[in-house]
Amino acid sequence: MFQRPKILLLFALLLAALVSWSMGHVPSGFVGNGQGGSGSLIDRYAYYYDVLIGIGISVILAAGLNLVNGYTGQFSLGHAGFMAVGAYASSFLTLKWGGTAGGGVMGFFVALLAGGGVAALAGLLVGGPSLRLKGDYLAIVTLGFNEIIKGVIQNAEPLGAQRGLGGMHQFTNFFWTFGCAAVTVYVVLALVHSTYGRGFLAVRDDEIAAEAMGINTTKYKVLAFVVGAFFAGIAGGLYAHFKQFIHPEGFNYLRSVDIVVMVILGGMGSTAGVCFAAVLLTVLPELLRAVSKAPALPATVQQIAENRMVLYSLLLIVLMLIRPQGLFGGSSRQKKQGAK
Amino acid sequence: MIEFLQQLINGLAQGAIYALIALGYTMVFGVLRFINFAHGDVFMLGAFAGFYVGPRVLKFFGNAASYPGAAVVLVVAMLICAVFGILIEFLCYRPLRDRPKLTVLITAIGVSLFLENAGQFVFGADPKSFPELITDRALEIPESWGALSLLTITANQLIVVGVTLALLFALRFIVLHTRMGMAMRAVSYNPTAASLMGINNDVVISFTFGLGSALAGAAGVLISIQQPSIDPLMGVNAGLKAFVAAVLGGIGNLPGAALGGILIGLIEVLVMGYVSPTYRDPIVFGVLILVLLIKPTGLLGASAREKV
Repeated sequence: MFQRPKILLLFALLLAALVSWSMGHVPSGFVGNGQGGSGSLIDRYAYYYDVLIGIGISVILAAGLNLVNGYTGQFSLGHAGFMAVGAYASSFLTLKWGGTAGGGVMGFFVALLAGGGVAALAGLLVGGPSLRLKGDYLAIVTLGFNEIIKGVIQNAEPLGAQRGLGGMHQFTNFFWTFGCAAVTVYVVLALVHSTYGRGFLAVRDDEIAAEAMGINTTKYKVLAFVVGAFFAGIAGGLYAHFKQFIHPEGFNYLRSVDIVVMVILGGMGSTAGVCFAAVLLTVLPELLRAVSKAPALPATVQQIAENRMVLYSLLLIVLMLIRPQGLFGGSSRQKKQGAK
Repeated sequence: MIEFLQQLINGLAQGAIYALIALGYTMVFGVLRFINFAHGDVFMLGAFAGFYVGPRVLKFFGNAASYPGAAVVLVVAMLICAVFGILIEFLCYRPLRDRPKLTVLITAIGVSLFLENAGQFVFGADPKSFPELITDRALEIPESWGALSLLTITANQLIVVGVTLALLFALRFIVLHTRMGMAMRAVSYNPTAASLMGINNDVVISFTFGLGSALAGAAGVLISIQQPSIDPLMGVNAGLKAFVAAVLGGIGNLPGAALGGILIGLIEVLVMGYVSPTYRDPIVFGVLILVLLIKPTGLLGASAREKV
């Protein structure tokens, strides 16, 4: 599948542009029974459009985190923190340049990259010291940094503090979201198939052996972390310019857990699996919501569907008990723990 | 100065709660070497056990707040939580005993999410007001104490600190002076050697979970007599803070967990009093990160060398 990666990427970008253009320009009457009236496809199917953009953002987040948690084996639990950094940094810029007219689309692009850059910098600052820790401790420290980032934003008056930040122009559309998703997947796959990728996998499989072989394990861990943070920042920028309102509580520990669950469900270290899980876990809550509203179904089914989060957490536990490598994860060699 | 002393007293009452929860984290880490993420939610279950049991127990005590009634509620809540703790270990962690640590960690996150969401489903997501188990009043401090008489110490604060101390001594007795306590220490020191010496590790681990969860349950009831309302998500924040406390004191170390809990309680109250309430959480997590970077074994923890 990964034979001609650059051509595939170009194709994906073109496709995203084409679909995006047609969404805005093809009258909705063109699809379906012709009763659509004058609005575009986006206006008519606003709800589905919302879910679709959500899928793209999830894919970016999960694919980026997979580089850290999956390929490099460093369990990070603070991805939403970097998403927040990107969201706030890019929104701050576009708002400063004057919403709609000021920066225009190019301005948005620059702001998006800047958001990613600031998030990557945050990743460097966080990753440098904390990647000395392992396993549970790393998870807790990244979670702590997530809370700290949230706390700093809550106290930053120029960023709206606890009121949240709003008024961004809706720059994000299908092209930006899925274009970025395609670039993310491309970069992650390209990295993993390069010399760096060998380094990531070596760190994951046996850190001590890798170090003994002369691999600078810290360098690879930090690199994976920074790249993951960069894409989280991009995803945050896209999210902010789609929802047009961001709030510090939207980037809390539970949001991070959401992304981690996508990576685990898809199978740590399988990009295709993780992307699939990102799509699944974004669509599933919406499907369950539809089920809970469907009048034809018995009340108990509706009630269970309404409490989708209960199902979601049960799914996680059962998955770990039955298939810890995730849906698509290969049975990678696992070290026996506990031997001391 | 008086204000500072007042803050210290408030911090002590808050820290006692964290200390009780932190002990559960540290004990489980001692025997199984993993972080039981769901522990904070067992604390929440304790509060809700008190919420449902409280009015029924108080019926036998003339429907009025009374100390014997409160003690019964506390014990019942502890028992309920112990059962939950043992069940969680039996159903979710025991099948994963030989799997990589990461798998167990993820399962623990799953259990935590499950308890939170099932809690919202069963109890309802809205905050509930906890029944009054004890009539709260400020203690009279005699005038002869001079400026100290300006302090406000409530009966609740005294009870929280007193019960915590009693439980800490009970725990100390169990761990140091009973056969089961000796087995716990043996398993924590070396599980393989312990089982070779004829210790049934599964029983010890179940007991540890039960004990830790009972302490969390006690903390749940104690916090509920201090603050007016409880909700299914109350365990998230308290659990994280208590975990920070356990790490600060040195995870795996019982006195360390108690000390860490008190310290975190004091830090929180002082930050809220003298800096800003919005900086409370960032500073607590900042403390955690500093500890892990400077002395990962915590204040009282012994350093363990990793063997290849």
